[in-house]
Order: sequence, then C-alpha cells, then structure tokens
Amino acid sequence: MSSGTENGSHGGHLHYGMVIDLDKCTGCGACSVACQEENNISFRADESDKLRGISWLTLYRLENGKEYPAYRAISLPRPCMHCSGGHDSPCTYVCPVNATKRDPETGLVNHIPVRCIGCRYCMVACPYHARSFNWWDPVWPDPLTKMLTPEVSPRMRGVIEKCTFCGHRLNRARDQARVAGEDPKMVAYTPACVEACPTKAMVFGNLKDPQSEAAKLAKDPRAFQILAKLNTDPSVYYLSKEQWVHKLSDNDL
Amino acid sequence: MKNKGLNSSGKGLIGIISFLLGLVIALGVGWGVFPTLLYSTKIQPMNFLHSAHQDSTCEDCHFTRENGTYSGIPGLAKCAECHEDAQGDTEDERILVEEYVQQQREIPWKAYAWQPDNVYFSHAAHTGDQGIECVRCHRDVTGEAKLPPYYENRLTGYSKSTMKMVECEKCHADQGTSNACNVCHK
Repeated sequence: MSSGTENGSHGGHLHYGMVIDLDKCTGCGACSVACQEENNISFRADESDKLRGISWLTLYRLENGKEYPAYRAISLPRPCMHCSGGHDSPCTYVCPVNATKRDPETGLVNHIPVRCIGCRYCMVACPYHARSFNWWDPVWPDPLTKMLTPEVSPRMRGVIEKCTFCGHRLNRARDQARVAGEDPKMVAYTPACVEACPTKAMVFGNLKDPQSEAAKLAKDPRAFQILAKLNTDPSVYYLSKEQWVHKLSDNDL
Repeated sequence: MKNKGLNSSGKGLIGIISFLLGLVIALGVGWGVFPTLLYSTKIQPMNFLHSAHQDSTCEDCHFTRENGTYSGIPGLAKCAECHEDAQGDTEDERILVEEYVQQQREIPWKAYAWQPDNVYFSHAAHTGDQGIECVRCHRDVTGEAKLPPYYENRLTGYSKSTMKMVECEKCHADQGTSNACNVCHK
C-alpha cells in the first residue's frame, strides 16, 4: 500500500483529480445539488443546523474584507480533497478500523460506511471539513424514495460519510470498458458535480496523464491547493487570478 | 464430618458429570439448534427447472448489457415470450401463467446469491477476460429436478449461500487484483 509515499508520488499512472476554476464559478450551487441527488444524501425538514447536516460538497463564500467599491466575493465549492500526502490523508491515518483508506491505484480516498464505527476521529482530523456524521437514520419523503440512485447505498445512523469522487461512476465506466473490450484500468469518467456545472468551471481527469485537461490546468499559474502548507497534497486544485483568494487559501498558516 | 473424604470425591464426580453434560448441551445448541433456528426456510414461488429449458442458451436469459451491467434473473416479460399460454399441465405451469403472466405480476424469486445493498459486484469483471465459470460461485443447475430451499438469516435477512467478503478478498489477493474498498463497495 505504501509504494513511494513522498508527497503526490504514489506509484502508477492513474490519479483522479479535479480542477475548479473559481473565476468561472458563479456560485449557483448546481454541483452541490447534483451531488446530493446522485449520492442519496438525506436531508431534514429543518436544515438550519449546519453542525448536524450532511453535505459532501459545500459552497463556501470568500470575501476580501474590503469596503465597497473594493469589495469582492467569490464562491468556493469544496468536495473531499482526496489527499495524497505523506501519511496518505489525515483521515485515513487516524481511522482505527480501516473504514477509510486511500486507494493508491486511483488516488481515491475510500470510505466504507458499513465498516465505520462512528468514532468521528476522521471528522476531527480532516482540515477541510469534508466529512459529515449521520446523527439520524436517513428519511426521504415518499415520492423521493423512488428517485434514489440504485448504485449508491444509503448510509445508516451513526456513521461518517463523504464525497467519493462518484466512485460508483468509476465502477460503471470500468464495466462499460470491459464489455467494449477496452482497458478498464485507465478509464475516464465524470462525477455528478462536474457534469452539472453550467459554466464548465469544474474539470475532472487523470492528473498523471500530461495530455488530460485536468493535469494541464493543475499546472496553470493560477492554480493552488487549499491549506497547501499542511502537506496533505489535495487532489482538488483551484484556479483563481485573484491574489487575495490565494492568500485566503492558506488561512494565515 | 466423618465421611469428609467420601463426600468430596462424590462432589468431584458430580462436578465432572455436570461439566460434561453442560458441554454436550452447549455444543448441541451451538452446532445444532442455533444454526437451525438462525435460518428460516423459504420456498420459491414455483419450481423453475433450468433442465427443462435446454432449448435456450444461458445467455438468452442471463446476459451482460452493453453498459456493463448484468441482467441477473430475467423479468416476467422474458417468461411471457413463451409462456403466454400454458405449455403443459403441471401445477407450476398453472402458477406461472395464471398467477403471474396473466396478472402481469413480476415473480418474487428469491436470489440465492443476493448480496447486501452496499456491495458492488460486477459480472463483466469476472466472466469476460477472467473466464471464471458460473459454477465457481453459483450452484450447478443443469441436472436439477427441484429448486433447493432458500435459507434466510433471521437476523440479517441475507441468504445463507451469499458469498462472504473474505472469499472475495482472498481471490483478489491471489489474483493480484486491487482490494481497495471502492472496488467492491458502493
């Protein structure tokens, strides 16, 4: 499992990653809604308590803190970062039951709710607040139970859940490649959030393939990672031409 | 007080006998009674015979779709292709035609190899290039005269013959295939 654990240099030629162009993001929230729908994320009648809610892809609002007319604000969509740093990810490092592990072949940080014991160490360890805890069993109003995604299993009370980079879509894409006689290992696929983005601000692909758009954009001068100084080496890159956004991404570390 | 020695050896004998009796009862409960109580025996809606359908190939009913998914157990429409009217005068034929085909009701088959909802299993990944025979995981149906009973775990609701995770992991490790969580879980 620990082949070449220097930052970002895990073995293999495959590392799925995402690049989000904040200059293109309008903050519409379609990615977040698409994620909620695709991954059978339950919701409650009153969602005002954000400490108890579940969100795999949260929209943050960043402001430059200046008065009008110098005032600027942007939206920042935050999925799971699928960190690939030295200790894999902070969450996988603390999990006592191996319910969350980084797959070195794809770069995805997996989390298996049925194995999770709900200790919430990973939730504490994650510097990106990417993990949510199920305080209640999921309940959907009646017609919505017929609209659940059959490829994603709903989670039960007492376990953690988080963004999977739509791992079920990866499995589906691999099967499709197998039937078509293609190599299932290196398939390209699109997570629900990327598919839903109306301004094409989100790009998903293999960061280790120099020809992929995601890999090219990740090397853009506008590119940065959130809290890069923590050496978590996120698989999610952001693009922004605004220097104050770059500065905020470090959070004064 | 006088028969102290005799008394204590008598007590010892009683102790040994009650220990052995307890052991036998405990083993009987653990090996015999509990497993029997744990599973309820269910019977399929009708006695389907693979051996009576030898004019069709396996792939006529169980096939991989173009998008990589597997058809599994065929739906009623497939049965109705031939069984719109009764093909014989057996009781099972009557059940099929009168209770399901004519009422357009899907047959609630109990799948022996049914996996829990959180499991992702791909037939395309195992049958294609891997060339694993169906009987590696499923029973041999060719010479069957009667469908076996379906044993359902009363606590979990799972089928007794569901493949366990350890078997998947073992084979994946032997084949050098990834055992990452996401490969088999959704």
